[in-house]
Amino acid sequence: MHMLVCGGTGCRASASDAIVETLNSELAAKGMENEVQVIMTGCFGFCEKGPIVKILPDNTFYTQVTPADSAEIVAEHIVKGRKVNRLLYTDPENKEHISDSKHMGFYKKQLRIALRNCGVINPENVEEYIARDGYQAIGKVFEMGAQATIEQMKKSGLRGRGGGGFPTGLKWEIASKNHADQKYVVCNADEGDPGAFMDRSILEGDPHSVIEAMTINGFCIGATKGLVYIRAEYPLAIKRLQIAIDQAREYGLLGKDILGSGFDFDIELRYGAGAFVCGEETALIHSMEGERGEPTVKPPFPAESGYLGKPTNVNNVETFANIPVIILKGAEWFSAIGSEKSKGTKVFALAGKINNVGLIEVPMGTTLREVIYEIGGGIKNGKKFKAVQTGGPSGGCLTEKHLDTPIDYDNLLAVGSMMGSGGMIVMDEDDCMVSVAKFYLEFTVEESCGKCSPCRIGNKRLHELLERITKGEGTMEDLDRLRNLSHVIKDSSLCGLGQTSPNPVLSTLDNFYDEYVAHVTERKCPAGQCKSLMQYVIDQEACVGCTACARNCPVNAIAGDRKKPHVIDTSICIKCGACIEKCKFNAISIQ
Amino acid sequence: METVKLTIDNRQVEVPSGTTIYKAAKLLGIDIPVLCYMDLGDMNIENKPGGCRICVVEVEGRRNLAPSCSTNCAEGMVVKTHTMRVINARRTIMELILSDHPKDCLTCAKSGNCELQDMAVKLGVRNIPGQEYAEMSTYKTDFSPSIIREMDKCIMCRRCETMCNTVQTVGALSAVNRGFTAVVAPAFEQDLEKSPCTYCGQCVAVCPTGALTEVDSTPKVIRALADPTKTVIVQTAPAIRAALGEEFGMAPGTLVTGKMVAALRQIGFDHVFDTDFAADLTIMEEGTELLDRLTRHLNGDKKVKLPILTSCCPGWVNFFEHNFNDMLDVPSSAKSPQQMFGAIAKTYFADKMSVKREDLVVVSVMPCLAKKYEAQRDEFKVNGNPDVDFSISTRELAHLIKEFNINFADLADEDFDRPLGESTGAAVIFGATGGVIEAAVRTAYEVHTGKKLPKMDFNELRGMEGIRSATIDFDGLPISIGIAHGLGNARKLLEDVRSGKANYHAIEVMACPGGCIGGGGQPLHHGDSSILKARAAAIYREDAEKPIRKSHENPYIQKLYEEFLGKPMSEKAHHLLHTHYFDKGNKDVFI
Amino acid sequence: MSHVKVELKKEDVAKIKEICKTFHNNPGELINVLHKAQSFFGYLPAEVQEIVAVELNIPVAKVYGVVTFYSFFTMLPKGQHPISICTGTACYVRGAEKVLDEFKRILNVSVGETTPDGKFSLGCLRCVGACGLAPVVMVGEKVYGRVSPDGVKDILKEYE
Repeated sequence: MHMLVCGGTGCRASASDAIVETLNSELAAKGMENEVQVIMTGCFGFCEKGPIVKILPDNTFYTQVTPADSAEIVAEHIVKGRKVNRLLYTDPENKEHISDSKHMGFYKKQLRIALRNCGVINPENVEEYIARDGYQAIGKVFEMGAQATIEQMKKSGLRGRGGGGFPTGLKWEIASKNHADQKYVVCNADEGDPGAFMDRSILEGDPHSVIEAMTINGFCIGATKGLVYIRAEYPLAIKRLQIAIDQAREYGLLGKDILGSGFDFDIELRYGAGAFVCGEETALIHSMEGERGEPTVKPPFPAESGYLGKPTNVNNVETFANIPVIILKGAEWFSAIGSEKSKGTKVFALAGKINNVGLIEVPMGTTLREVIYEIGGGIKNGKKFKAVQTGGPSGGCLTEKHLDTPIDYDNLLAVGSMMGSGGMIVMDEDDCMVSVAKFYLEFTVEESCGKCSPCRIGNKRLHELLERITKGEGTMEDLDRLRNLSHVIKDSSLCGLGQTSPNPVLSTLDNFYDEYVAHVTERKCPAGQCKSLMQYVIDQEACVGCTACARNCPVNAIAGDRKKPHVIDTSICIKCGACIEKCKFNAISIQ
Repeated sequence: METVKLTIDNRQVEVPSGTTIYKAAKLLGIDIPVLCYMDLGDMNIENKPGGCRICVVEVEGRRNLAPSCSTNCAEGMVVKTHTMRVINARRTIMELILSDHPKDCLTCAKSGNCELQDMAVKLGVRNIPGQEYAEMSTYKTDFSPSIIREMDKCIMCRRCETMCNTVQTVGALSAVNRGFTAVVAPAFEQDLEKSPCTYCGQCVAVCPTGALTEVDSTPKVIRALADPTKTVIVQTAPAIRAALGEEFGMAPGTLVTGKMVAALRQIGFDHVFDTDFAADLTIMEEGTELLDRLTRHLNGDKKVKLPILTSCCPGWVNFFEHNFNDMLDVPSSAKSPQQMFGAIAKTYFADKMSVKREDLVVVSVMPCLAKKYEAQRDEFKVNGNPDVDFSISTRELAHLIKEFNINFADLADEDFDRPLGESTGAAVIFGATGGVIEAAVRTAYEVHTGKKLPKMDFNELRGMEGIRSATIDFDGLPISIGIAHGLGNARKLLEDVRSGKANYHAIEVMACPGGCIGGGGQPLHHGDSSILKARAAAIYREDAEKPIRKSHENPYIQKLYEEFLGKPMSEKAHHLLHTHYFDKGNKDVFI
Repeated sequence: MSHVKVELKKEDVAKIKEICKTFHNNPGELINVLHKAQSFFGYLPAEVQEIVAVELNIPVAKVYGVVTFYSFFTMLPKGQHPISICTGTACYVRGAEKVLDEFKRILNVSVGETTPDGKFSLGCLRCVGACGLAPVVMVGEKVYGRVSPDGVKDILKEYE
């Protein structure tokens, strides 16, 4: 018997370490420590209901487990074979307990290829990876040869999962054709998109798949050195990746003469230091060279002149994670999954105002509606869906009318958003789309490297315009300026950051123009989010004078005698909303 | 050579592959506007960060606009440089740049000579939308003895960074911060004075705006001229006469020696002297020192250090004080001509004229900004009174001439005053790279061999190669000479000397590319090497036309030794004409 | 970037040199060197950067240029308990801003500042990857999930 405990960052934040400990001590107390093995795995994806404990072989899926639950799980489930019903997932529709994760809405539509081993194996044990066909692909590649492998990659239709969607096989082919004494394989693990954490989950849950894929990549293009450029803010991923590299070396899967093939390959880690722009491959390479992470004009592309001026192939973590399976199961198998121009699956970090927050993987071509309502379980607190933002700061906000859009690179681009790295943030009726655009621009302004003027100054100006609009100082002319400026920034910026940063503005202008107009002409925020545009008012009829609001006001802006209607002094009010939360009589409203 | 054919604005052009769109357009007479771009011609260095984005053009089939300065032509490319889309982008970008640029153009030091201003005119920018509420990036103004940094005016073209790091390898400047606050600055955004800046002024020479300018000493000069108690004399460096005319619309390479003297007299200087006189004096001292060291070395004195390095360039002196602090005993101890002049003027000449030291004001006109700093060095002061009171650049002199209502072009030639205005051809060539060492050879040869020089022109010492070497036959004794101009070349040469890879008897170093003719205080040449070549040609022309071409034959120099100094390297000469160097390296951090 | 002046002890200098040495004084390893130095000192004062520059034989301006480019590097010492509010998108839409405002109000510091007693410093970070727990706050290594403005007081109380 196995007990799998989620060791992803989210679940560890909710004490999954302690759960492992208590489970072990409970098992020991019952003398069953040799019969049942407790394993800390990578992320299960269902972060909303974490920490997760899964029991094999019967596939029982316990949710929101605390260390205090360990005793009961061991005593009931392990000893007596009775499931602990209160910890099982409850179907929100029929309120029935579901024990097997396969039957949960969250997992039903998912197809886990990149995440195949996450939540299944112990990432700190290479043998568990090997037991799941790990390192078989590299053996097959040695047999097939580099050329045939690149052909397979091209045939598979795999496209870069980091955002751009460039065909991976083609990229490899270009790098393989450039001759040099030294070439490099780089894994981009500098996940900078706020709200996306699939790369980290893969590295935490299945680091060997990335190592194997990088080795395959190295063999195909003739590189003997691999570098993983990883966010310094990911200590757990760094730790597990390092353990995996060490184990791979120990097993002869990295280093000299791998598996007797005569091929040498090794991997080193390089740390990012907090710069979103380093997701752009030229910037990433400069950063690895110890420079400021400023992008440079392409061409030359890294495949021609990359790290230290040598041909370099850069792929992202999720892209790499797909590769060993593609090699093993074949290009035809992979290209049968997905849509016409986007093959395979895509991992999304589903978050925001949605019931089932988590990491999901679906075949390309799945619709936004399926993701949000079937996997995501719909909007939180029964609110109304308003928008879904895909692609992070580079993407756009899509609306109700786009819900039946099958997700793939081209479709998302066509409707004014993009795949990006796979962030998917759901917004409800309470979210102000002007503020959301402003939020993203704030990020872009902070992350712009400052090298080119459209991005350095233009995004700052976009942000200022949005700020004015949310303060009720905007004009209709400003809306036109927003649009023109956005187009020019997209059209003339040096790198991908500036070329996509206006997308949140343009997509909200396109899809929520009325909301902008309301801010400008009526000086109103329809979602009630823009503080400058709202006033807290106490309904004199409804107020009973309980004084709860006045007592909780942090700035003493509310006055009134006991049992008499109260009044808010709007010149003092900081619009924190504390009074609304405390009022039991629904007497306070925002206008 | 491989070529590509393309179409630009409906016209066909064939160019060598690797040519940028910008250069290809130029061949067709199409002037695509560029701002950050800078071509340093013969140095084979281009500053093309692709940062300003003013040069964007439309390329058929390309999603976004392409920066023409850094995009190579491709076969069959169709380029359009003035479509509505391009014009709108270019203008919007210009408006953005101006929105973050101070509007004090009327009083800016660069007014009328500002590339940004010219660009605004060319693009017809008439207003800056949103200026009222646009935040500006602001920085502290930095006043050093030579250079003023007003980085509010910086447009991040990065030219100064290229000059400071790539060309000069000084490393005082780097891009710092990120995004909107990104700027070029010394470490910790401290003042230049606390950095390894050499005040070579090459950054000032290429700055397209008023962000980097020289300290303007003309008001002090005017005040001194108006003071009836002061005797004000002026010395002009060799390189001024070959470049000053450019400020009055004359062709580069026009010699304006006579007009310059006339103008200085009209301005009201009591005596118009020539730094060339002091250059002849420098040769007497430095040449003697060279021969002395050489003779002792040949006689087996191990304590004698060779090569001897020239020391007339203050930027170079600053550079080795910072970077070669282990070799401070290698350069000649001879002061620079500017300082020799000041020392002689305030002793020998002041005595002759019966003027008190304090009442004699020495003004120098220099092609150089480091001279301003040099004039302020403590070791060049007597009781706080500097040997050279004010040093102004060629550009400042041009301003002064204009301010004094002098019609420069119509002036009749006049001659320098005696005694400190007499000079030889050897002194004039100090202005061009290789000139100092050629002048030294002319004298040293005759002194050493006792024979008359068989030829006067040493073409093997002339030219624009960054590092040159030649062996001169001193009547059977081969003297090996190295020449470097540009501090980056000087660093390379000196590192070879330090490591023992290079062996020379004497080395001439000039901090600025081309020598003083390309100095940081000269009329702006924007890296155009044809201008530098024309100036150098003018210098050699003046040399050829001089009746006396060897320093030791200057009758006034001979008289100076007879009447005052005794002989070269005498005790008095030592006291007045030699100096010592300081360790400005980063030693304190070694603890 | 504002910074503080420090006097380095002999052993601190030796430590920096040792760090540089482990990376073979290779300028290409500048970022790795800075990571190590920051994890040792807690921040990167000018004096540390100067030694790194000398050891790697690069201009100190360049070191500073790199330090100021990356948000992970800081020239200010952090508080005893560094507080980081996740301002990733998932946390943003679930009210991170209000939580941040409450920290600012109670501690009376802005983002990037440290309380006068050196106890707390306030910072933002982008996505811890615990979006299921949004909004998320980190104090030191400890992660707090589903934080409401009301809960801020209680979190701070744990460190009094």
